[in-house]
Amino acid sequence: MSWAPAFLSNPERFMAFSRWAAPMFGVIAGLLAVAGLYLGFTAPEDYQQGQTVRIMFIHVPAAQMSMFAYLCLAIASFLALIFRHTLADAAAQAAAPIGAAFTFLALVTGSFWGRPMWGTWWEWDGRLTSVLVMFLLYIAYIALRASMDDEQKAARAAAILALVGSINLPIIHFSVEWWNSIHQGTSLFRKDGPSMPPVFWVPLLLMALAYMSAFGSLWLVGIRGELWRRRAEAAALRVARG
Amino acid sequence: MSRIGALIARETTLAWGRGGGPLVAVGFYAGVATFLPLAIGPEPERLRAIAPGAAWVALALASLLSLERMFERDYEDGALDLLALSPTPLEITCLIKCVGQWLATGAPLALAAPIAAIALGASPSLAPMIFACALMGGIAFSFMGGIGAALSLGARRGGLLTAVIVLPLFVPPVIFGGGALDAFANGLPWTSGFAFLGAYAASAVALGPLAMAAACRNALS
Repeated sequence: MSWAPAFLSNPERFMAFSRWAAPMFGVIAGLLAVAGLYLGFTAPEDYQQGQTVRIMFIHVPAAQMSMFAYLCLAIASFLALIFRHTLADAAAQAAAPIGAAFTFLALVTGSFWGRPMWGTWWEWDGRLTSVLVMFLLYIAYIALRASMDDEQKAARAAAILALVGSINLPIIHFSVEWWNSIHQGTSLFRKDGPSMPPVFWVPLLLMALAYMSAFGSLWLVGIRGELWRRRAEAAALRVARG
Repeated sequence: MSRIGALIARETTLAWGRGGGPLVAVGFYAGVATFLPLAIGPEPERLRAIAPGAAWVALALASLLSLERMFERDYEDGALDLLALSPTPLEITCLIKCVGQWLATGAPLALAAPIAAIALGASPSLAPMIFACALMGGIAFSFMGGIGAALSLGARRGGLLTAVIVLPLFVPPVIFGGGALDAFANGLPWTSGFAFLGAYAASAVALGPLAMAAACRNALS
């Protein structure tokens, strides 16, 4: 991963790369999602969770991506803050709404699963709450960016907030776990292998990869859009100045 | 040293005088504490169960109030530029600003918190614990709040934005303080929550000024 920012830090090269990479990741995401959903919906019912186990294939990858997107946001913010790189800033800006969307999806699907399984739409449980707080952090990031007229100042202020948030997220996670947790433990990535049979973890893994590709594709599209917008604004300024 | 002393005096005076200072925060706090029984119902047993937690949440909300003017006033009249140019590092200045904020709102609120909790039906024996938690939590609230206030400098509707930024950062102190109070009220071991609250406050004091100074420099650039 360390070569990627160096290689892509040139906007021209980035545009050339993302021109074909974005649709490619999109196609991969679509194929993986079709395969994962097919396997997921043909998998047998879980002996405890019944049909609702299928929500897992939508929910768990979304929850993973909500964290992964925040990690991307924090790394991009860090690079933007230290190197004052426009591309890193565009990457941070583009990652925030996608991450917020994945977080929202994770919350909604978790709620749909919680209704039949736990008997409530919303349970004030540690993990749920920390995902909710992460959603609030995404909202704060987007709100901060949106409420400043000076784009450069907004970018740096938002980057500082993203880093403050990334230091706080583990603490928030710890605090809510300390407070209350009934959520299922992690069952896919464990030292002794997945704690579920292959009929469940294969589609889950496919869906996780599909989400990852979808995030990659959407992120690249978002960065491209942001770069085009900045170019258009610069061009408009040049025209206005004559 | 005299420069820092003068700075402390300046910030504390400003924080006390700033738009009503502690009076507004305590007044808001009393208002929220009055609203709770009106909304929840006056049954003593129900209120008694929520009293320490409710007092704690109202405290977190009340400490949001005066954050807006913490940096903005100095930013608008140019004093922040002078402070940034002075030989005192901006990080120290931010730290002192937060201490002033804490003295002007956190400490008075800590005095008001046990009174509000007892009025809501908490046992008077909880008062020292509520006071200690409020004092400690106030440090965390004012330093985390300072980050939000510094970040929203120069933004439209800065006050509301500060609240949106700061509330997720208030989650750990609210949980730890609330947990310590709840455990204490029920005769359970409460030291871990209180220690975590102290640890959070200490790290907010250590790291908060760095973020605040970076945010101020950005706003002034």
